[in-house]
Amino acid sequence: MANFNLNVNGENRQVDVDGSTPLLWVLRDHLNLVGTKYGCGIAQCGSCTVHVDGKVVRSCTTPVSTIGDSKVTTIEGLSEDGTHPVQVAWLEHDVPQCGYCQAGQIMSAVALINENKNPTDEQIANALQGNICRCGTYIRIKAAVKSAAKYS
Amino acid sequence: MTKNLISQNRRSFLKVSAAAGGGMIIGFQIIGCKTENKLPDFVGPALDMPESWNEMNAFVKIGENGVVTIMSPNPEIGQNVKTSMPMIIAEELDVDWNNVIVEQAGLDTDNFRRQLAGGSQSIRQGWKSLRETGAKARNMLLQAAAKEWDVPISELTTDAGVISHKSSGKNGGYGSFATAAASMEIPGEVTLKDPKDFKIIGKDTRNVDGLKIAMGKPLFGLDIQREGMLIAMIEHPPAFGMKVKNVDGSAAKAMPGIKDVVTINCEPEGFNKQWSDVNAFPELVVIVGETTWEVMQAKKALKVEWEETSSLESSNDHESILADLVSKPTAEPARKDGDPEKAFAGAETIVERTYNAPFLAHNTMEPMNFFANVTEGKAELVGPIQTPEFLRKSVASLLGLEEDQISIMMTRMGGGFGRRLYGHFAVEAAAISQKVGAPVKLVYTREDDMTQGTYRPAYKVTYKAGLDADGNMIAFHVRGAGTHGSPVFADRFPAGTVDHYLAENHAKDSNISTGAWRAPRSNFIATAEQSFLDEVAEVAGKDPIEFRLALFDRAIKNPVGERNDYDPKRYAGVLKLVKEKSGWGQEQSGIHRGVSAYYCHNSYVAQVLDVEMEDGLPKVKKVYCAVDCGIVVNPEGAKNQVEGGIVDGIGHAMYSALTFSNGTPDQNNFDRYRLIRHSEAPDEIEVFFVDNGIDPTGLGEPSLPPIGAALANALYKATGTRLYSQPFSTEEALLG
Repeated sequence: MANFNLNVNGENRQVDVDGSTPLLWVLRDHLNLVGTKYGCGIAQCGSCTVHVDGKVVRSCTTPVSTIGDSKVTTIEGLSEDGTHPVQVAWLEHDVPQCGYCQAGQIMSAVALINENKNPTDEQIANALQGNICRCGTYIRIKAAVKSAAKYS
Repeated sequence: MTKNLISQNRRSFLKVSAAAGGGMIIGFQIIGCKTENKLPDFVGPALDMPESWNEMNAFVKIGENGVVTIMSPNPEIGQNVKTSMPMIIAEELDVDWNNVIVEQAGLDTDNFRRQLAGGSQSIRQGWKSLRETGAKARNMLLQAAAKEWDVPISELTTDAGVISHKSSGKNGGYGSFATAAASMEIPGEVTLKDPKDFKIIGKDTRNVDGLKIAMGKPLFGLDIQREGMLIAMIEHPPAFGMKVKNVDGSAAKAMPGIKDVVTINCEPEGFNKQWSDVNAFPELVVIVGETTWEVMQAKKALKVEWEETSSLESSNDHESILADLVSKPTAEPARKDGDPEKAFAGAETIVERTYNAPFLAHNTMEPMNFFANVTEGKAELVGPIQTPEFLRKSVASLLGLEEDQISIMMTRMGGGFGRRLYGHFAVEAAAISQKVGAPVKLVYTREDDMTQGTYRPAYKVTYKAGLDADGNMIAFHVRGAGTHGSPVFADRFPAGTVDHYLAENHAKDSNISTGAWRAPRSNFIATAEQSFLDEVAEVAGKDPIEFRLALFDRAIKNPVGERNDYDPKRYAGVLKLVKEKSGWGQEQSGIHRGVSAYYCHNSYVAQVLDVEMEDGLPKVKKVYCAVDCGIVVNPEGAKNQVEGGIVDGIGHAMYSALTFSNGTPDQNNFDRYRLIRHSEAPDEIEVFFVDNGIDPTGLGEPSLPPIGAALANALYKATGTRLYSQPFSTEEALLG
């Protein structure tokens, strides 16, 4: 066990865990930030997607010891009230069915939009290929990503 | 704080509410105070909470300020009933939907009926009673207004939560009558609205949990946190046909954060097994600890000896057993019309083909999990379950409790697809909580989830069609077999359209646990049947849509037999609609089209799929889909369901398979089990609903079964090769 000082959603948080503990479980079990989901544990489904210094990271395979001073952003850190442009676009297109994978989809979409406000279909597919949705909401996700720019 | 004003006869509801809400950290309540709303108008206004609630019935509470709470009774698995069922109540209650808060109800069989998510039946079976519930509450508000204004109730009208008396000019919001209305007599019979007057039903309405989902709020079973809660994980036998022999948990128990290693038996002698208790491994090894990661690590340190109890099956065994079965007649046909043997003997042309599909895992994105807190004479369960009523019976039997000592709260589910009909994981959570004497959240790893499933069985079916010299289908024979049950529905199309018809069902038992998987049996047989008919139409030299329409015409004018389980007019209706909307028959360069139609869960679906080949690999450009499910409660939500079924159906027909070697699944995570991803989804799906005013029928499942054939038929056009075995992506023609 060791102490880790983390910067999560702009706040300093301290946890006392084994350094091998994946960021996912630190967020969920220790910091009560359960918006980031467990889906596969092997970085194959994207449900656990967060940003580390603005880059997409699968938190289920990212040991907490590798975070250091980097800034972690989770779905809870996008906005106080659901007004992040990508969140609003998700509402506009009424994207979710079960909703479980959507936090991960949104985090991948936010990283894409930050780099490229008007992505093509192909760019969207490439950026979100690692996020599985068993309900099959891919077409709505694509539409939401395309309209996110108008809310920013 | 808000308070509840409760009349005596509504105590049972209060009791369940308290049990359901008590002490939960995860929130089912909407935010309690008004906030500045910076969200666009389509999200809806933030609502002021009332000082007090008045209960009209178990479903409806009205605040003095006119805000209305509507309970959603059924489990929400992504089929959006948490939005659409309250819409039906709100319609007849005649309130402004923007003034409605929706809350998930817990299991409460005193007040709610059929709290189950399955068979696409929530809306169909709830339709009448939900409407009556809303109308009765409205009537009680009218009684209160009539009394206060001293006018006949028949002179009162309502609109968007306001009662008016035209001749006196009096108006009053529901909130001002709510207290008086709560003690009015519950009417026996009520008049329901004429569907042409619907204001909420038929209007696009956003998912009531949409904002919480987009914000990552705790909604799911896996999100539950409680004071003193331990995390539990199971270790199940590595193969179907094995059980626990000996456990050495000492190394695991010595690891950090680990509280205990125990074994449980969820089906002890005398256990009253329900249909929903499908479970290949009732005896399990359990690790209990403080945090998920620590328990995951300890799981790897368990030393367990397993023993064989029955044969260890492999996919090759299944293939040869099913092949043998479909080669032989059954003792008794499931259905026989005319004289098929003679008709085939006299046929000009015979087409015979065999279709195959593998086992499938459900793979809900949220793995199985459940919270249980078993204390003296009491059990509290919270989590994702499609069948809470049956779960309560199982838990009562296991723990030796009465059903009223058990409370069950359903969380929003990260997918169901039939997997959470079988609540063994919740029974396990109860057994563990009892054994370790603490509140526990049982969590399956993805590997646990995928290798201890209630899988879609493997299927094989052989079709034979006899044509006369003019290409008319005069004889039809279907013989199916599965590793649990046959996939054949003997009374479905094309039964009723052919004079000489034979359907036969074979089944083989397996020790691999199987169960309902989104559109059970239909999810395979529709693809097989509609692929076969496409090939038969081609051999007959006919257009595949005209070929099917001629069969429906026969069933409309002069049906064969009396047990035909479909309405040929509605069936033909969706086919004609999709033909028109897709511009069927107009060739487009590089686009290859397939058509398919199917009826299941009381709804009719026809699809045209356009595929293009890019670098030797198929890309679905567009799907046109016509649906007849009667009245559409929430068109936008309904479209989402239809789109999802199509993407899900294409994905599983193209890519997914679970295979076995010596009783062990060969795939245990998404690195080896392939699910459809973004780039593989169709570019576009257009959905067309038939507007016929018929009472609503199922929609969570019906768009999935036919799409596999629309895809296979389009791929045939693209490649010249017919596809007989799923998943298609492993067929030679599609290897790129």
